[in-house]
Amino acid sequence: MALSIGVLFAVGVYLILSRSLLRIILGTSLVTHGTHLLLMTVSRLKTGAAPILNGQTEQYTDPLPQALILTSIVISFGVTSFFFVLAYRAYQTLGTDDAERLKEGQNE
Amino acid sequence: LHAAILAPFLFAAGLPLLARLLRRIHPGWVVFPVPLALFLYFLRNIPAVKDGQPVSESVSWIPSLGIHLSLYMDGLSLLFVLLISGIGSLVTFYSIFYMDRRKEDINRFYVYLLLFMGAMLGVVLTDNLMVLYGFWELTSISSFLLIAFWHRRDRSKYAAQKSLLITVIGGLAMFAGFLLFYLMTGTFSVREMLAQIGTIQGSPLLIPAMLLILLGAFTKSAQFPFHIWLPDAMEAPTPVSAYLHSATMVKAGLYVVARFSPFFAGEPIWFWIVSLTGLITLLYASFQATRQTDLKAILAYSTVSQLGLIMSLLGLGSASVIHGDVAYTKATAAAVFHLINHAIFKGSLFMAVGIVDHETGTRDIRKLGGLIAVMPITFSIALAGSFSMAGLPPFSGFLSKEMFFSAVLGLSNLEMSGGQIVLAFIPAAAWAASVFTFLYSMLLLFKTFAGPRKPGLPMANPHEPALGMLVPPVALVSLAVVFGLFPNLLSETLIEPVMASILPGLLEPNQSFLVSIGMWHGWTAEVWMTLGVILAGTALYVLYGKLNVMEKAVPERFSFSFIYDRCLHAFEKISASLTQSYMTGSIRHYLIYLFIFVAFTVGGTLFAAKGIRWFSGSYAPVTLYETVIAAVMVLAALAVPFARSRLMSIIFTGAVGYMVTLLFALFRAPDLALTQLVVETVSVALFLLCFLHLPKLEKKFVSKRRKMANLAVSAAVGALVTLVALAALAGPSFDTISHYFVKESDELAGGKNVVNVILVDFRGFDTLLEITVLGIASLGIYSLIRLRMEPGGTSRALAAEAGRKADERRAVLPRSNDVMLRTVTRSAVYIILTFSLYLFFAGHNAPGGGFIGALVAAAALVLLAIAFDIRLAEQTVPINFRKLTAAGLAVALLTGVGSFAFGQPFLSHAFGHFDLPILGETELATAVLFDLGVYMTVTGVAMTILLTIGKDDGSWKS
Repeated sequence: MALSIGVLFAVGVYLILSRSLLRIILGTSLVTHGTHLLLMTVSRLKTGAAPILNGQTEQYTDPLPQALILTSIVISFGVTSFFFVLAYRAYQTLGTDDAERLKEGQNE
Repeated sequence: LHAAILAPFLFAAGLPLLARLLRRIHPGWVVFPVPLALFLYFLRNIPAVKDGQPVSESVSWIPSLGIHLSLYMDGLSLLFVLLISGIGSLVTFYSIFYMDRRKEDINRFYVYLLLFMGAMLGVVLTDNLMVLYGFWELTSISSFLLIAFWHRRDRSKYAAQKSLLITVIGGLAMFAGFLLFYLMTGTFSVREMLAQIGTIQGSPLLIPAMLLILLGAFTKSAQFPFHIWLPDAMEAPTPVSAYLHSATMVKAGLYVVARFSPFFAGEPIWFWIVSLTGLITLLYASFQATRQTDLKAILAYSTVSQLGLIMSLLGLGSASVIHGDVAYTKATAAAVFHLINHAIFKGSLFMAVGIVDHETGTRDIRKLGGLIAVMPITFSIALAGSFSMAGLPPFSGFLSKEMFFSAVLGLSNLEMSGGQIVLAFIPAAAWAASVFTFLYSMLLLFKTFAGPRKPGLPMANPHEPALGMLVPPVALVSLAVVFGLFPNLLSETLIEPVMASILPGLLEPNQSFLVSIGMWHGWTAEVWMTLGVILAGTALYVLYGKLNVMEKAVPERFSFSFIYDRCLHAFEKISASLTQSYMTGSIRHYLIYLFIFVAFTVGGTLFAAKGIRWFSGSYAPVTLYETVIAAVMVLAALAVPFARSRLMSIIFTGAVGYMVTLLFALFRAPDLALTQLVVETVSVALFLLCFLHLPKLEKKFVSKRRKMANLAVSAAVGALVTLVALAALAGPSFDTISHYFVKESDELAGGKNVVNVILVDFRGFDTLLEITVLGIASLGIYSLIRLRMEPGGTSRALAAEAGRKADERRAVLPRSNDVMLRTVTRSAVYIILTFSLYLFFAGHNAPGGGFIGALVAAAALVLLAIAFDIRLAEQTVPINFRKLTAAGLAVALLTGVGSFAFGQPFLSHAFGHFDLPILGETELATAVLFDLGVYMTVTGVAMTILLTIGKDDGSWKS
């Protein structure tokens, strides 16, 4: 599990460092996935029933990280779409989706 | 005493207001009583201090750090406060006539002046080194402000910056020295340090502390080679020069040297550094002064040289401690006496020069001459001042000069390790410096006042100034005469107590120094030296014009100011290029910095805490499903960078998302799985919508080096995160705080789905802010797409036109003609919407909730839009989603506020059980209402985003 989280992060970071805005956005979403899984991991995987009270068991998985992740998912949805539109608009206005060339455009 | 320090600050704060109230009079009159009252107050303290009863008071400030506003007034402090308040009152009085309140920003001037006065009093009165340092820097800052008072002149700005840089660098060094003292003694109080003087003198930190403190003192007192800021500081208004840059602030360095003499005086190195620095300064600056043509520049260099004189006397006086011989204390007495004399004659000279400047419009001695006829009183003042400075009887300067000579002559008996030649040289240097001093004093006096009148002055008819400008310098020169004739007025009242503060080690308890100063001791060596000075000085003066010293100026590039300028320039350049080398403006570089930094700090912490664990037995058993899913996820992720087309990379990313969803499901997180599933779907839809307009992934040429760097960074981050995850798994488990939530969820909030209850109830405030963020994001997107910020305000027209074009184009485009899809959609939409509502209501007890329900609803609408047409979808569901967002937020907020009505804190929920049709018995909590707000907001946000992007077709692309 830890390894796959590591891979997610590595690929995400690699994509973020690339020049294409699209890849950067995809990279952030991969890193987000990785973070979510990391949060799950930190809270110990699978040590009980789903946190829906049924009066029978005392062992539940930790609901707190789940609540955190839920919040994070929704926020990252908002952020990703915002990024997306930003990239899209930048492309329309500046004619490139290359982060390096965007910078040059700014310097002019 | 605290009130004494506070008074100038309070007045400074209140001055603008007071000045407005008393518009008619010069604000100087409002200020003048402050230093005067202080002066009288301090005068009253002389008897007590003389009898060895220092005044002391203390107020705690930061007791945990041992920093107290403790004030302590012994002889040394008393001398300085008398100087500060005495000269301060005279200068204020003088400035009332010097500064024109109609032309200058006079309030600002006095605010700065009072600021300085208070700070300077603080420096000399406090017993606590930290407080001393604070006030010390405050004097530097107020000096900076006063030098730059005419802040539109470039020279003023340059001078102010120079003085600030040099004194503050010295101040920092001194601060470090103070800290070393703290390390040695564990206290910041000077008196407590004196009690531990034995520990200090045995400490290896003594010499570094000494050097650092001396650096501070030398920069402040303009000692060679840090003297360069003082001549430039003459850009300040003349009262400021008279006050700060000759009488008080520059003497703060002397104060510190004197204050720390008890600790250091026993060290030969102290003797050498202080004496020789002072002597070099004296000689160099007095020679420089003879080469100046500006009256204030002469005075500036003369100030530097006189400060050097006092400094060297303080150093020579320390020989008495080394040898335990009271005879050498004569130098210390001379230092104290000359300190007073210098303040007196230099103050009067500055005021006289100020008068000349004020009345003639120039300070250049080449243009001046013959003023004796029109300004006899000013001439008399200048005469007395210069003669005192030159060391001529009967003025007090003569006496201190004599004492200086006898002090250096006394050195011949001194046995100092390894420096006999230097010691023999000192009297000669002192004599030469006195000759130069005599020379520039005479130049100053006679070039200005004697000789023929020269035409072409900026002001045609110079005459005596207003009476008010004459009173202060006259008062000062009469003091010079009084102290010259009756020096022992001072010796008992001030000099002896001051010496007791500087050299406490030489005294038995209840004993005091005996200083007796007389005008005439017979035909001693000192008298012959003085006569020699007069002869040589006069000869030089006569030859002055022929020697043409002024023309033979040393080239500019050898001066210290030149070095300073060069250094400053170089620093600016280096720092600029350094900054540019890493602030490249490329986001990739910044990200790499961030990642590397994170990798190093987190990795380093892990390593340091020995948190790296490879294995521990407590892993949960890994099932086959998990392995497979994780493997698929990893493969999909790895495939993303290699994807050739955009579509592929998006699909791979989506695959990763779905695998995460499955993992959530496996890890017993149904809410997460649901949410992730829906979000993933909606996101992919979003990607595809944008897709239409984004460029194809180009195969870009990326250099190999760059690729490797990216790879290395990402691999490092990946490895690090893996390690963190492993460490978290293997490390000791923390007690989770969730037990509380699990236990109280049902009882307190009436919900069985703990995750949902946490979101809407326990942590409702977070959620409220979260949906607010979402709303902002959606509005951002909306405005990015819809409100085209074209320059020139034609945006609306342009947008309208673009919209029409889009409509035309869309009309031509074939609609989706997938009959299957459309048929299925028609019924599916309702099913999905119902399901969404179910999720919403069930959310409190079963998996589901506002977020999920809303996203499902959004998904339904997206399906509708894809199957038919976005416009059709919009017509079918005629809701303004932006308004829906706002309404949702309002509902959520009102629910929260509503709890106020019941006297509960924000967002506390009530709940009750209701029988709802179809859904069965349910606990209807107000939390549900809050969740409704969430539901509405999220639906609104999602739809706003999707519809805005979907409807835009980029046809207006510029």
